[in-house]
Amino acid sequence: MSVAIDLADLLAIALFIYGLHELNSPATARRGNRFAMVGMAIALVGIVIRTGGIGWQAVAAGVAIGAVVGIVAALKVKMTAMPQMVALYNGAGGGAAALISTVEHYVVHGGAMNDVIAVSLVLSAIIGAVSFAGSLIAFLKLQEVMTGRPVTYPGQQVVNALVLLGILGLAVWFIVTLGVLPSWGYVALLLGALLLGVLFVLPIGGADMPVVISLLNSFTGVAVAITGFELGSNLLIICGALVGASGTILTVAMSRAMNRPLTNVLFGAFGATGGMEVAAAGGGPQQIRSTSADDVAVMLAYAAKVIFVPGYGMAVAQAQHSVKALADQLEKRGVKVLYAIHPVAGRMPGHMNVLLAEANVPYNQLLDMDDANPEFPTADVALVIGANDVTNPAARNVTSSPIYGMPILDVDKAANVVVLKRSMRSGFAGIENPLYEMPNCSMLFGDAKASIDALTAAVKAL
Amino acid sequence: MNELASLVEPLTVLVLAIFVGFEVISKVPTTLHTPLMSATNAIHGIVLAGAIVICAQLFAGQHGTLLVTLAVAAVTLGAINVFGGFAVTERMLQMFRRRGDGK
Repeated sequence: MSVAIDLADLLAIALFIYGLHELNSPATARRGNRFAMVGMAIALVGIVIRTGGIGWQAVAAGVAIGAVVGIVAALKVKMTAMPQMVALYNGAGGGAAALISTVEHYVVHGGAMNDVIAVSLVLSAIIGAVSFAGSLIAFLKLQEVMTGRPVTYPGQQVVNALVLLGILGLAVWFIVTLGVLPSWGYVALLLGALLLGVLFVLPIGGADMPVVISLLNSFTGVAVAITGFELGSNLLIICGALVGASGTILTVAMSRAMNRPLTNVLFGAFGATGGMEVAAAGGGPQQIRSTSADDVAVMLAYAAKVIFVPGYGMAVAQAQHSVKALADQLEKRGVKVLYAIHPVAGRMPGHMNVLLAEANVPYNQLLDMDDANPEFPTADVALVIGANDVTNPAARNVTSSPIYGMPILDVDKAANVVVLKRSMRSGFAGIENPLYEMPNCSMLFGDAKASIDALTAAVKAL
Repeated sequence: MNELASLVEPLTVLVLAIFVGFEVISKVPTTLHTPLMSATNAIHGIVLAGAIVICAQLFAGQHGTLLVTLAVAAVTLGAINVFGGFAVTERMLQMFRRRGDGK
């Protein structure tokens, strides 16, 4: 029987890997997710059989609650709230890993815990708890229950370092004594890890959220892989490793897209201080041109090629459907419409792509940065919808700018740039955008959705 | 030394899985990064299997209320991770239509 279950695990693992492979194209991605689901079902049934159903009451209760909560939340949440939803589920996984270690610790307490188990137990407890608490903070920030901006205070790095040192000290104590330590030692370790999770996400905000979300995802993956060592399960090791690798790839891709080393994202508190200095140095209000929906509508309707540049502002205003309606109107008039998507636009990797997909925008109209930039010089209008820092030309030549060196979308190279913006408040990073002062740029103030709807109506009326 | 020897097999598995992960996932295009993250998120829900093992170990011997509560909480969180993760991914992917493929 045991061999049969081992083979079932192998089948599940193969389905996970093949499922992930199928995610490499929009055409097969859904099938890929289904493969992974089947793999999960096989793996879970296998584990229940392996345990002989002992403790099934607890398992049934937990699965029932978790399944209802998870599925209901997943189906009810608005597409614009996806980043925080993913953060929550991620935190749940991390929390589960930490709890497994905790129960394992007290069940085998005083019994035979060898050093491999002691090390893996304490590591998965720490990383799982950090991921749990960090994900909750990320959720609160994205849900705007608390400020989305970086939270900083003097001596922050020192405090974080001390908490980390404290945790490491307790972890060494745990390992040296093979888990035979006073209960408060382990509890302090867990609380310390939770605190570290909170402290480490607090100073990160705004445009850096995609990096944190994918980093936390890889943390949970690592915690799960280590739990696999603790429980002697290849299944957990492999799944955890796959997720850890995926999260790492995304994290690196996101930091590269901002041309900033990961350490800078994690410890730099982007825009909290640097932005203000630049704003102060700039001095005085910017000279900008404000325009009306009617003027922009004429410009759009008689253009040959229009490039939409969506940013977080589109997500906040839930304007994706309006954007699609405007694009339909323009296409009806023979205008070529493209979408330029910066890798870190929005609050999680690929955020804009999902929102536009929800609005039925064909995915082959969505260009990533490298494909979009050659299109701008031949575009008649670049319509910037709630994006700011990713269009800031200061990144190209102002060495003192906090975003200097970050690859940007070259919207300023289009014949005309129209920026849809709620107000002249600076972007999340708090940096002034010289784009707005350029002669080919005009501003259309207002809620992104209202502005786009007004544009659609005006184009229709022409 | 025996303990170290017992580490070799899981370490081999770990390292190979990391390579497979990098290989498979680096081919996923930017467009699908959100569903990818959400799908891998669901896959680490396999931690639910660990929570089930823990429940069995716990109930096989003496068990206090506190530990049972923690074990049930672990299963609940794991289940939220699995079911929520797959449901959200499915919802996202439903939106990536085939329409426009041929253009």
